[in-house]
Amino acid sequence: MDKLDVRGLSCPVPVLRTKKAIDAGATEVLIMGSSQVSKENVSKLAVSQGFTVNIKVDNKDIWEMEIKK
Amino acid sequence: MNRNKWFILLTGLLIGAFAAILVKMGNPGNMGFCIACFERDIAGALGLHHAGIVQYMRPEIIGLILGAMFTAMFSGEFKARGGSSTLVRFIMGMFMMIGALVFLGCPLRDVLRMAGGDFNAVVGFIGFIAGVGGGVYFLKNGFNLGRAEYSHSNVGGYLLPIIFAFFLFLLLKGTIFNPDAGGPLFFSAEGPGSMAAPIGIALVAGLVVGFMAQRTRLCLSGGIRDFILIRDNYLLIGFLGIFAGALVLNIAFGFFKPGFAEQPIAHTMQAWNFLGLFLVGLTATLLGGCPLRQLILSGEGDMDAAAVVVGMIVGAAFCHNFMLAASPAGVGNYGQIACIIGIIVMTWIGFSYREA
Repeated sequence: MDKLDVRGLSCPVPVLRTKKAIDAGATEVLIMGSSQVSKENVSKLAVSQGFTVNIKVDNKDIWEMEIKK
Repeated sequence: MNRNKWFILLTGLLIGAFAAILVKMGNPGNMGFCIACFERDIAGALGLHHAGIVQYMRPEIIGLILGAMFTAMFSGEFKARGGSSTLVRFIMGMFMMIGALVFLGCPLRDVLRMAGGDFNAVVGFIGFIAGVGGGVYFLKNGFNLGRAEYSHSNVGGYLLPIIFAFFLFLLLKGTIFNPDAGGPLFFSAEGPGSMAAPIGIALVAGLVVGFMAQRTRLCLSGGIRDFILIRDNYLLIGFLGIFAGALVLNIAFGFFKPGFAEQPIAHTMQAWNFLGLFLVGLTATLLGGCPLRQLILSGEGDMDAAAVVVGMIVGAAFCHNFMLAASPAGVGNYGQIACIIGIIVMTWIGFSYREA
């Protein structure tokens, strides 16, 4: 599984990093981030690309999600 | 459309409606809200520049930042954070203000101007789209101002909201420290700075919009950026809502006057309408948000966004002290030079901050 750390990155870099991983052919990615906005945007992108999103850690200042195709 | 999209549409409609009502209640034409113009007026109210026609402590701005802060606190999202190229963001805020004052409005006012029938704003809008497109080019090539860190103390996040709350206190109290020179706050006797809706209404409008903009993450540059980048129209719907809400009420109030000439606080130098908002669109995209979004983020504890807001206020002071700001007569030579320098500096930053 690919790992992606987007903590502390401002909009829309987390989304772009995720998209880059998906475009490179990743089918399973573990993503770590910090802001609620990036959580919403990354999961929205993943769903729109046909991934299922499994949020594993969901705190206000840190989150982790697994996306799978 | 899902629930979130309806909510951001409603947010947009409400902002547009509030904007028209604020003009009806006394704000300058097509300026129910303008983040850049109002921060410029605040710079004047603080005596940072001496352009006598644009000095007022705009309660809308105070309401926006405090509304966003309370909302973020209640939703548990308030968290002091910063450290992502803070000084660079400050300088970028200054240039974003230069672009806005060359055009005469931030992206939000651009939408409101279009909804008032100002065709010059359509030219600005095309420039804005082009500027966001330029920013997207850098983002796609790995542009990144670096990671922000959560702070172990939230104090830093409260600083800017507290400062604005203090300004509100000065506005309401009306104390004059220095009877000869005026101040601490300076107020325009004529011109756009003297035109204002009653404090209470302006403050409530700011608070409500601050709440809704915080919840929806409304951002005007983001709307175009996300559509170009990932074909996502969520933020764009908010944009359309603002236009529709303002348009309907502008027509109802008789404010809608289509044309290029004689538009309120606007000029017809189309190259500079285009380039002014081009600079704003480019800068906003590199910063991750338009002037409105920066204000909302600074209410959430984002100290980098707060640096942009302060940079914009300082930038506004430079704009008027250095004769960079446009007027209804047009854009002067210094403003044209500064706008071009801004575009060059942003391009330089855009290239320099690419990650390998």
